[in-house]
Amino acid sequence: MSAEPNIRTLCIDGVYISARSDQTILEAAREHNVAIPTLCHLDGLSEVGACRLCLVEVKGARRLLPACVTQVAEGMEVTTHSPKIDRYRTMILELFFAERNHVCSVCVANGACELQSLALTLGMTHVEIPYQYPQLPVDASHPRFTVDHNRCVLCTRCVRVCSEIEGANTWGVMGRGGQSLVITDLKEPWGASETCTSCGKCVQVCPTGAIFEKTRAGSKVRKHPEFLPYLRIMREGEQA
Amino acid sequence: MSELKTLATVWLDGCSGCHMSLLDMDERLIELSSQFQLVYSPLVDRKTFPDRVDVTLVEGAVASEEDLKKIRKIREHTQILVSLGDCALTGNVSAMRNTCGPQAVFLRVYQENADLHRQVPTVGVPALLDRVRPVHEVVPVDVYVPGCPPSADTIYQVLSETLAGHIPTLGGVAHFG
Repeated sequence: MSAEPNIRTLCIDGVYISARSDQTILEAAREHNVAIPTLCHLDGLSEVGACRLCLVEVKGARRLLPACVTQVAEGMEVTTHSPKIDRYRTMILELFFAERNHVCSVCVANGACELQSLALTLGMTHVEIPYQYPQLPVDASHPRFTVDHNRCVLCTRCVRVCSEIEGANTWGVMGRGGQSLVITDLKEPWGASETCTSCGKCVQVCPTGAIFEKTRAGSKVRKHPEFLPYLRIMREGEQA
Repeated sequence: MSELKTLATVWLDGCSGCHMSLLDMDERLIELSSQFQLVYSPLVDRKTFPDRVDVTLVEGAVASEEDLKKIRKIREHTQILVSLGDCALTGNVSAMRNTCGPQAVFLRVYQENADLHRQVPTVGVPALLDRVRPVHEVVPVDVYVPGCPPSADTIYQVLSETLAGHIPTLGGVAHFG
């Protein structure tokens, strides 16, 4: 342990708080019950700053910064909610909905989808951006799981959990921009993957209905990503 | 007593589930009915859209030439236009054909899946648009009501407010799906 003081004082939405110097704005905010919307972030996984929903204003910065990958600093003044930020977040959500084919009413994750509930909490009632309607594949070759790329938001939680927690590195990302796809191995059918351990962690962390466990039609999918921080803590305890 | 407000409901490319949800208001319909007159709807007989309507609820997406013609006329003669339900708002199930286009749908429905008379109907049916579109992509919309279908409670709230001349916002109240 270093004797150096590692506590920083910063101001979030006009309230002064203390945080450890290695914490991000998101961690510090959530510790103090300040709500910042997120989609790609998941407790127990590394941060990638992919979804941009956690954008906040930091005084002195010329652009909005993603709270999940911005470390706290002494004297930082952070605004988490303003008309400008709300507008950006709604726009980002609209881009997610317009980019692929999200049809909530016929989705296995209807009622348990983080994208759907973000639309509700951020007050997005319709999409102004023209829908893209891309033609995307569904891979149901795995005996227990299916990936439907129409519902994928490219948060890469599946890629991270597979690498960081399971250690299988089955999932990856190919392509760029709107053409990106999450793939298993070198874009082999999931069912033919030799690295996949069929652990199902990717299913539990997927925020939408993109990766789901095969089940009877009409039954509701419920995801349980809450095992992650627990698993992390237990493993760190073993190593110590 | 002031004049009754006029209410219309229309059914474009949807499943009629939103109208079912409207009827699900049950006895609250009786309470509301003292405030409006239903002047045009799949539930009443009138064939032409009236010249001036205070509130119009639109169920369904814009999928055919006929829908397009209808919704333009409706917008022109409506004070408060309400996009009711996911099909009107997002295209929803109706718009699932947008990834493959109408020709692929015709082929599937009228050729591959047909036992007799394999032909695409052309007489007495409106031509399909290449793309199914949400209502607000075609005409300006005043109130957006998400849901598949929106709940009876949500529709009650929307009707109560719009009949009183207010524009409600359903953000944070009603969700897609």
